[in-house]
Amino acid sequence: MAQPPEPDWIEARLVGARPQAVAALLRYFRNLDLAEEAFQEACLRALKSWPKNGPPRDAASWLIMVGRNAAIDHQRRQSKLQELPDEAVISDRDDTETDMVERLDAADYRDDILRLLFVCCHPDLPATQQIALSLRIVSGLPLPRIAAAFLVGARAMEQRITRAKARIAKADISFETPGPIERAERFAVVSAMIYLVFNEGYTDANPKSERAKLCDEAIRLARLMLRLFPAEPEMMGLLALMLLQHSRQKARFDTTGAPILLEDQDRSLWNRKYIAEALAMIDKAMLHRKPGPYQIQAAIAALHARAKLPEETDWTGIDELYQALELHAPSPVVTLNRSVAIWKLHGAEAALEMIAPLAEALDSYFYFHGVRGNLLEQLGRDFEARDAFGRAIGLANTPAEAMHIRQHLDRLDGENAGLSE
Amino acid sequence: MLYTILCYHNEEITSSWTEEEDAAVIECLKTVNRKWAKNFEPIVRLMPTSAATTLRKTENIVMDGPFAETKEQLLGFYVVNVDSLEMAIQIAREMAEANPGGAYELRPIALYYPNGEAIENGSTS
Repeated sequence: MAQPPEPDWIEARLVGARPQAVAALLRYFRNLDLAEEAFQEACLRALKSWPKNGPPRDAASWLIMVGRNAAIDHQRRQSKLQELPDEAVISDRDDTETDMVERLDAADYRDDILRLLFVCCHPDLPATQQIALSLRIVSGLPLPRIAAAFLVGARAMEQRITRAKARIAKADISFETPGPIERAERFAVVSAMIYLVFNEGYTDANPKSERAKLCDEAIRLARLMLRLFPAEPEMMGLLALMLLQHSRQKARFDTTGAPILLEDQDRSLWNRKYIAEALAMIDKAMLHRKPGPYQIQAAIAALHARAKLPEETDWTGIDELYQALELHAPSPVVTLNRSVAIWKLHGAEAALEMIAPLAEALDSYFYFHGVRGNLLEQLGRDFEARDAFGRAIGLANTPAEAMHIRQHLDRLDGENAGLSE
Repeated sequence: MLYTILCYHNEEITSSWTEEEDAAVIECLKTVNRKWAKNFEPIVRLMPTSAATTLRKTENIVMDGPFAETKEQLLGFYVVNVDSLEMAIQIAREMAEANPGGAYELRPIALYYPNGEAIENGSTS
């Protein structure tokens, strides 16, 4: 005898089935609002029906069918004249499972979910709207939680999402099965969005905050993508990269919320489970021999994660990987990061020389002035160091970053005060 | 009598658990494990199937992902040493109460080397 499921297990099933169900409904209705409403309606019916009848074996198919029928009924009532979608049989019973599973081609639903994600991070949308829309539509996070994650009011967030949906409604999105090139393009856009979601959460010092939870959500989305497209080495790289960054979550900030540098972190606080999974993902990705920016960044993070003590860090390996990254995805930020490896390998003078040409490109970049200040401080060029830290503090993204720079400035002032005595 | 209790669950659900929810599930399971501690042999939790690699033996090709595409994935397994199938079912039932959803498949073990080196000695404990 099947036990009636507990309500929170229904919730877990609804959350789990959401991406596939909304994605299929979007293909069917070709309208994001309709798809979302249909899914909501199906969830309401699930909450009524599942405790009584037991959960269906395939929750996603149940929700797709029930949601679709409910929306069609609704449309039919709204306008009897309107042409209905051409579908052979439409069941009126909402609690029976049909052979929906067979009608849903596995390949179709993969592309459905990819399309849904792609729609949410459509290149026409600014990055903040992409993230908000993806979290709302794909992850199903409630509006107040998204708003809290972005430190805005629920109303402002609702407007942001409404605007995003309006833009998408105007955008030309293909509902045909994508070709390999189109699929690869969508994949790249979706990967970037997932990483944006992660970074949004990564900046937060408080692991309990709504914002910090976005890291978990991004990891979940990457795992979902890999289940759908298991042979994509860059998605493996992205997942590994995020797991490695996330593994340090409990070690990255002190109790006041100030950031703790990698070399000062208590490495016993690093999450070994995430690190182990990430290393496995990198191994898997390397079998494909198709390196890309995410894989290389993951490999760099892995060299940090493998070092039990900061002194054991393989800086030569890190320098080589940054060189590879400069080839695959050249950017001044990559060179700036490489300069840290150069600093460890060849000293502050060499590192300073390396970042000198970046001054113009990274003039408004917090970390540039932070790294430069550190290098100058180590070389005893206190006056210039103070100047660099002064620039950095003005560009700090969070109070914690500003506090960290402040400590450098205080130390410099303290040293000089000591000298003048 | 040795049985494996193979743990199946829909990964889309288990991967949507927060770290706290995941820890709570494991903690619930541990209370059952403790109760039956002397019956438990190895306990194995697997990484998500996204970390899996499959070698197709006849074609000799390495593929990403798990061998079977199913709604419910193999997430881990227990080896239990029990007097009867009934006892194994009892353990599984208690674990199911601690961790609802999915299914446990109970399979009698045909060959068991807790340590692979034992194969060298030809022993079949």
